[in-house]
Amino acid sequence: MGKTFVTITAEHDTNGMIKPTVLHWADGRKWEIEKIFDVRMAASLKAGGQGLRYTCRIANKQVYLYCDDGKWFVEK
Amino acid sequence: MNRTILHVDLNNFYASVECLYKPEIRDKPVIVCGDAESRHGIVLAKNQIAKQAGIKTGEVIWEAKQKCPGLVLVPADFRKYLRFSRMARQIYSNYTDQIESFGIDEAWLDVTGSTKLFGSGQEIADTIRQRFKSEIGLTASAGVSFNKIFAKLGSDMKKPDATTVITQDNYRDRVWSLPVGELLYVGRSTRQKLNNRGIYTIGDLANRDVHRLRLLLGVWGETLWTFANGLDVAPVRLNGEESIVKSVGNSTTTVRDLVSDSDVKLIIYVLAESVAARLRKYGLKCKTVAIHVRDKDLQSFDRQGKLQVPTYVSNDIAQKAMELFAANYRWDKAIRSLGVRGADLVMATSHVRIDLFDGDNMESETLEKTIDGLRRRFGHYSVQRCAMLLDRELTGFNPKDDHVIHPVSYFK
Repeated sequence: MGKTFVTITAEHDTNGMIKPTVLHWADGRKWEIEKIFDVRMAASLKAGGQGLRYTCRIANKQVYLYCDDGKWFVEK
Repeated sequence: MNRTILHVDLNNFYASVECLYKPEIRDKPVIVCGDAESRHGIVLAKNQIAKQAGIKTGEVIWEAKQKCPGLVLVPADFRKYLRFSRMARQIYSNYTDQIESFGIDEAWLDVTGSTKLFGSGQEIADTIRQRFKSEIGLTASAGVSFNKIFAKLGSDMKKPDATTVITQDNYRDRVWSLPVGELLYVGRSTRQKLNNRGIYTIGDLANRDVHRLRLLLGVWGETLWTFANGLDVAPVRLNGEESIVKSVGNSTTTVRDLVSDSDVKLIIYVLAESVAARLRKYGLKCKTVAIHVRDKDLQSFDRQGKLQVPTYVSNDIAQKAMELFAANYRWDKAIRSLGVRGADLVMATSHVRIDLFDGDNMESETLEKTIDGLRRRFGHYSVQRCAMLLDRELTGFNPKDDHVIHPVSYFK
């Protein structure tokens, strides 16, 4: 298990909430974030890290996307 | 009224944060250490596995390596630790506004007023521990009691990741059997004094005649006696309540051992300048100067002396510090670290009695303020004492802006 840092496209709303919309893989592939189920602070024991955790549906799969002090990563 | 006070202690804080970020070292012995190059190479924290190998905080790195082959060394990253400390505080603030941090990884919470909302002290402690685990990935141990001292003792009893409750009914069984050295503010020399009088446990201390203790230890005797009997009434300070500054000090572990008066003088000048600059920043003057000296065998002592006139001029502070040092050190060992502190603070604007013959200190005060201005505009090293150039390696640090973490005292 490891972690992969990713580039994201996000919407910043007027309340300061950040909603990621597209996830950019390092090889140039893009994934649309279809739905966000849950947002909470959480530690990632699998990948090693901590931050705001977005539980997302991407390509019909549930994925944890973390924002750790401004750096975004997914568990691999 | 009975209070409900929690003391929460994050287990192996620095090491746990590092292990959280590096899953591959989680099941190896890990220590977090200072920078060995600049001789801050001691163990700052260790994880559970390293602890079992007998590694102690404050040990030198090579000692630790000898005890435990395969040891993983991680350099300290204080920015990260402060971020985690803030997150922990945010979790506490969901349960009470009375939070008093004690260092970076410990805090007291007074949840007396929140028990109707969130359940008993133990329930709140368990919830907080659970949230720590899931939200920030760290474990904590908690003590629940009716005063701060017992709450702290409780959090030390069971580690890691556990809650200990000490009540009015069970403190005699749970606390009194502990060795007296466990009590807050019983250090090496106080413990020795107490042991000499046949006081080995906290219970022994609690059952002594308070007047005898007063004769032995002065006011401290009485304070420790109230601690041991659970009579401590110190409140948990409110969130955000700034404590009034009682003293301003800086200390440093130097890049090499100090071996002569002139070495010491250089360091004292650097430290005194920082102390003086900080006093000026706060608008305070000090009436007492204290020094802290630690030799290369890590034995240390403190000495203090009064000044004639309150001051925030670095020359006066340095002079007094040198005087104290010369009167109290025999140079049987080289020195590893030095500290200078200004205490007994008064407002800089308050009236002072001017010496009839020596006049006032205006000239040097204006000079130092000008230096402050120059340094603010052109950087710390733009103006320096000539003596600093004697040994650039030794004096090339800026205690005023370099330091990150302030140690705190229970008696603020």
